[in-house]
Amino acid sequence: MLVTDSDRLQADVVAIVDRHHRDRSALLTILEEIQHCQRAVTPFAQQVVADLLHLSPSQVASVVSFYGFLETQPRGRVVIRLCRTISCQMQGTQRIARQLENDFGIRFGETTPDGAVSLGWAHCLGMCDRGPAMLVDDHLYTEVTPEQVHTIVADARRAAGLPIH
Amino acid sequence: MDTAIRDVHEGDLTFSTQPAEAGLELALEQQPGAIIDLVDQSGLKGCGGAGFPTARKWRLAAEQAADRRYVVCNADESEPGAFKDRVILERYPDLVLDGMTIAAWAIGATSGVIYLRGEYAFLRPALDDCIARRRSTGTLGLDVLGRDGFDFDVIIHLGAGAYVCGEESALLESLEGRRGHPRNRPPYPVRSGLHGKPTVVNNVETLAWVPCIISNGAGWFRSLGTAQSPGLKLFSISGDVDRPGVYELPMGTTIAALLDRVGGAGAKAVQVGGAAGICVPAEQFDRALTFEDVTASGAVIVFGPDRDMLQVAENFLEFFVAESCGQCTPCRIGNQRLLEGIRDIRRGQCSTDRLSGLLDLCETMRATSKCGLGQTSPNAFQSIIAAFPGDVVGRSAKSLTWVQEVRS
Repeated sequence: MLVTDSDRLQADVVAIVDRHHRDRSALLTILEEIQHCQRAVTPFAQQVVADLLHLSPSQVASVVSFYGFLETQPRGRVVIRLCRTISCQMQGTQRIARQLENDFGIRFGETTPDGAVSLGWAHCLGMCDRGPAMLVDDHLYTEVTPEQVHTIVADARRAAGLPIH
Repeated sequence: MDTAIRDVHEGDLTFSTQPAEAGLELALEQQPGAIIDLVDQSGLKGCGGAGFPTARKWRLAAEQAADRRYVVCNADESEPGAFKDRVILERYPDLVLDGMTIAAWAIGATSGVIYLRGEYAFLRPALDDCIARRRSTGTLGLDVLGRDGFDFDVIIHLGAGAYVCGEESALLESLEGRRGHPRNRPPYPVRSGLHGKPTVVNNVETLAWVPCIISNGAGWFRSLGTAQSPGLKLFSISGDVDRPGVYELPMGTTIAALLDRVGGAGAKAVQVGGAAGICVPAEQFDRALTFEDVTASGAVIVFGPDRDMLQVAENFLEFFVAESCGQCTPCRIGNQRLLEGIRDIRRGQCSTDRLSGLLDLCETMRATSKCGLGQTSPNAFQSIIAAFPGDVVGRSAKSLTWVQEVRS
């Protein structure tokens, strides 16, 4: 039998929901794990979760739309989030932002055409004494200088198995 | 212990002198009620910003008849400018778990949850290790430290990027797998919290102080700080200072003394309590950091003489517009109107009538918003307008200079 992409995605979602004993109160954790595994919680995944937990799709969608870290469409394989809070801004966030946009040729909120890297903003990362701060996936960088941007991004691309240009 | 400011920049906190598990061992030798009394005598108040007396929370949860109770550690530190909880979780996770276990003993809880903000996911492996180690040494699990029948275990729950989940009832909604919408209160979580059971929600720092108080005595904590705000407090210092970082100070320290310590000479203003806090201009630097005056979460952002305070207000309002949960109108719409207003002010396009309308709106939001987010989000706008009227009225459209100055 031919295993389609949707069969595979569905099997992954079922495995995650089962690992949490199909417990409705674990919904956020389930969605976080789907996000981690599939880089998004697509409407298809939401429907599968809803069926398994006996919820309406809108109930699942309402949770997905509420939390900033949950996306409905896959972002880049490397997600960069630069802290936009005032303490970091006072230490030079704007220069970091400009260098990131220049190096990737995209604006904040966008993903590179090859699907490799997404640029976005984060609210306070709690690194106000060591700004500018940014998250590259779950990896934290502090006191970032514009000169370091290229190296940090090359490291992230390498870790994600992407070509380094 | 002297109450002068001690040089406690990160490495030299009281927490660094408190051995792991020492407070817990002492606590388990006493009856739960006696522990609540001791915390009561210390005067410990919630360190997340609200300043609610910790012992009162514990007593209400303990007195509520229930088959199950919970202790929740609020590690959703999301207030812009706040990072002390991150430092505590990184360096002193055992004290937080000691505090949670002591709270569980005091109220009769069997389960604990650390609600860790998604942005702090990098802290999770070390916290998981700490929990695993405590299970293996018997400070978590069945019959904690050999106390027959005292079972307590802790799990970590990761947030997913939502500021409002730091509000305790929104946090509980999130733990139950829903949108982080604050609940109607009463009932308060101490009566009906997680899964409808009595639940104590305490901030990371509050919990870490508990074993220190048990070890050093209630009198030690009470003797520090002021009558209404006893004890020590951690402050997160950032902005235009020579030595940013986490500092431990007795409550009641003045802003001027704090700036002296951190190297903040020449500051024109400080934002105390993060984005939800208030802006204090230089002429009020003799004000004291206490619950009854200007402190909240302990976040202090310092602004040097060249900073544009309206840019600061705009940054905070962008934050609140993004983070309002959208449930109640005063907060959802009010923050948007304030943001539009501050942008018009920055462009030099705000009439005096419009400005007074915006200030009225601030009062409406404060009075009618459902939770602390909408009740406190106008603080920065109001206090910056009040402190720097010259930056607002007659502002030039083109630059940060003022029409009046250009003409003169």
